[in-house]
Amino acid sequence: MTNSVDPKAVTAAAVAAFGISKRFPGVIANDDVNFEVRVGEVHALLGENGAGKTTLSNILTGLYRPDAGHLEIAGSPVVLDSPREAIEAGIGMVHQHFRLIPTFTVAENIALGAPRVGEGPALRMGVIEERIRELGQRFELDVDPRARIWQLSVGEQQRVEILKVLYRDATTLIMDEPTAVLTPIEAEALTSTIRSLTDQGRSVIFISHKLGEVLSVADRITVLRQGRSVATLDADGATREQLASIMVGREVERVERRGTGALPGAPVVLAVEDLSADGDRGTPALRSVSFEVRGGEIVAVAGVAGNGQRELVEVLAGLRPRTSGVIDVDGELMARADARHPIRMGVAYVPQDRLGTGLAPDLSIAENLVLKRYRRPPVARPPFLRSSVIDAEAETLMAQFDVRAPSSHTPTRRLSGGNVQKVLLAREMSGRPKVLVVSTPTQGLDIGAVATVHRLLLDAAAEGVGVLLVSEDLDEVLALADRILVMYEGTITGAVEAEQASIESIGVLMGGGAAEDVA
Amino acid sequence: MSVNDNLFVIILASAIFYGTPLVFAALGELLSERSGVINLGVEGMMLLGAVCSAVVAANLDGPAALVLPLALLAGMAAAALGAAIHAFLVITLRVNQIISGLALTIFAGAAGLSSYLANVWGLGRNPSLNQFGRMDLFGLKDVPVVGPILFDQTLLTYLSWLLVGLAMVYLFRTRMGLHLRAVGESPQTADSVGIPVTRYRYGHVIVGGMFAGIAGACYSLTIVPTWANGLTSGAGWIALALVIFGFWRPDLTLVGAYLFGALSSLSFTLQARGIDVPSALLNALPYLATIVVLVLVSNSRLSRRLGSPAALGRPYEREER
Repeated sequence: MTNSVDPKAVTAAAVAAFGISKRFPGVIANDDVNFEVRVGEVHALLGENGAGKTTLSNILTGLYRPDAGHLEIAGSPVVLDSPREAIEAGIGMVHQHFRLIPTFTVAENIALGAPRVGEGPALRMGVIEERIRELGQRFELDVDPRARIWQLSVGEQQRVEILKVLYRDATTLIMDEPTAVLTPIEAEALTSTIRSLTDQGRSVIFISHKLGEVLSVADRITVLRQGRSVATLDADGATREQLASIMVGREVERVERRGTGALPGAPVVLAVEDLSADGDRGTPALRSVSFEVRGGEIVAVAGVAGNGQRELVEVLAGLRPRTSGVIDVDGELMARADARHPIRMGVAYVPQDRLGTGLAPDLSIAENLVLKRYRRPPVARPPFLRSSVIDAEAETLMAQFDVRAPSSHTPTRRLSGGNVQKVLLAREMSGRPKVLVVSTPTQGLDIGAVATVHRLLLDAAAEGVGVLLVSEDLDEVLALADRILVMYEGTITGAVEAEQASIESIGVLMGGGAAEDVA
Repeated sequence: MSVNDNLFVIILASAIFYGTPLVFAALGELLSERSGVINLGVEGMMLLGAVCSAVVAANLDGPAALVLPLALLAGMAAAALGAAIHAFLVITLRVNQIISGLALTIFAGAAGLSSYLANVWGLGRNPSLNQFGRMDLFGLKDVPVVGPILFDQTLLTYLSWLLVGLAMVYLFRTRMGLHLRAVGESPQTADSVGIPVTRYRYGHVIVGGMFAGIAGACYSLTIVPTWANGLTSGAGWIALALVIFGFWRPDLTLVGAYLFGALSSLSFTLQARGIDVPSALLNALPYLATIVVLVLVSNSRLSRRLGSPAALGRPYEREER
């Protein structure tokens, strides 16, 4: 690296893909994908969920063989038939979901399955630990090799994953959505690690759908759309808007609505008074909460996760008993605490855990769409279900809510996050609710799907439904809400009209500051 | 009366004697469970091992030094075959491990194949001619206290100590042992770093079966003089509890096995001394203790804290798209 010539300009690409295609039954996951990663470069693969990023990284790590096209490493063609061959070729994967064994030490996890480094068949942990310390110092990955994984923070666990790859002498590291699980501070530390990797001649393939971080971390960006590589551009000079439109293939609507407020003369559809409930550990999690939602209004509940929001929505959905308080839905008291009662009263619920709590993953889209209405006509002629009606309704709802799937008989677990959310919203809205309770509705969705979900929520409000939106995403809260309630330690510490709200003022309340502190 | 006739010494010596088959059986099960496969067929495999080693020992002419190892090998092979069937069912076909193991015990157990074979081969009619006798190790048998306890046991006991030591080194000091533990904790992780999960599981289930075969042979070749159907009398189930009792560690499992060995031998020892305790109660002790252990650890969170392999009982299937 002492050359006066820029090494990036003369060396062959670290990894290059030429015309990679991969088909699965019914889907073309990759279609003529081309890109090259230069030595010492951070190359981002940007695309929405389902754009083919995962398939491509599976091809690069030897899990899948492409149907067409080939890979080159350092200028020579390679065929990667197994993860082991990919590792030997110098490609290492840092998985989004860590592949670590919690009860093992850091060193044991790293040594697992790695080629011996002069230690013989006996495990010489001392030698392994020493090597890990060296690597850690060299790449600013500080972690104690003797600590057990379960003792480490998420950020530290990610460092172990990166060390695991470096221990195997990887020259190109693929990082799959590496910041998804990190706090902002940890994400910053990751960025500096990535810098120190590329400074020492390693290349990084950074897979993400987040525009901001891609722009700040990457040197160059290849955008994938519907399985094709549609553009490669320098991060310098690229803008969010430009990337978003390339990624989605059209101009992205920016949903923006503030303060249209409740429909004129709309009744209070949800009134909560003095509501308290216990958390999972039996300690009070919700303390005497009161608020109202009018028809056509979007009321957001903001707050750092774990301040009682989950308990609040669960009580409203009848999934958690309350210890005291009154819930009134459109003038009618919610008397019993079971899940069916709120449904009858017109409370629709979109839980945070969409696929686990919200839908039955193994059932088809059509079956999931009638899960709350299967007892009564027209879906049922008790005790029988009418599959023709169910299918017909499914087709209508899928078209109306833009659910993209091979057929209405596809199990919901096969759908992307955005489509799962659309199925869930379609089911809840098809019950003609008076109140719609949604919990972190766009977490983990790509921008196209986020926009759709936002539009659906606005549509619901426009139809006169009172929407209670629980979200940690302040941009989302500010874009959609008419009124913002901030929760802290189980109480509502402030209610702010959307016009007067700013990220700063809400941030103070979220940290437990009183409303008076907000200038 | 010499100090070696002390009741305490006798109880300890017989604890080791009667605990030896438990050591083998539990060690075998431990290896299997460390790979993530629970095998409730221990009792069945032990009986298969017992009957096959007994028939070789009874019918083969030759010096004991030759016949007995062959008998042992026959028992190991038979039990390994049973384990291999279990392995194929639960690893390749992903059958429920509990059901497959139970089926193995029922099929091979006291009311099944082992008794049938013993009947066909006429094992019950005469005492087995070749048996492992007590071996005065290093001539230390008459040393006070430790002599009769540690140095007047059969070759099989000495073999079990060797195997426990080897298993400790293997599990915690070798690369293969680390890989084995990884397979039992998280086959996904093991697979992602290129460890052959299926091969590890097959290997350890089958080796575990061989150990169960030795355990069975302990009964037909040392403990019981004449074949009796179901002669292991539930020791396989005790072995299953011992693995948990020993926190999936060979050394602690050995200690547990001797504790249970002491409980099993208590009724003869006390009766021989003329101490009047109802023998039915004493005979029930090891099984009572087993139930207590199993109830204590049936709480899954507790058992996890005790060191149960996280993937125990779960078939592994590579993630597909």
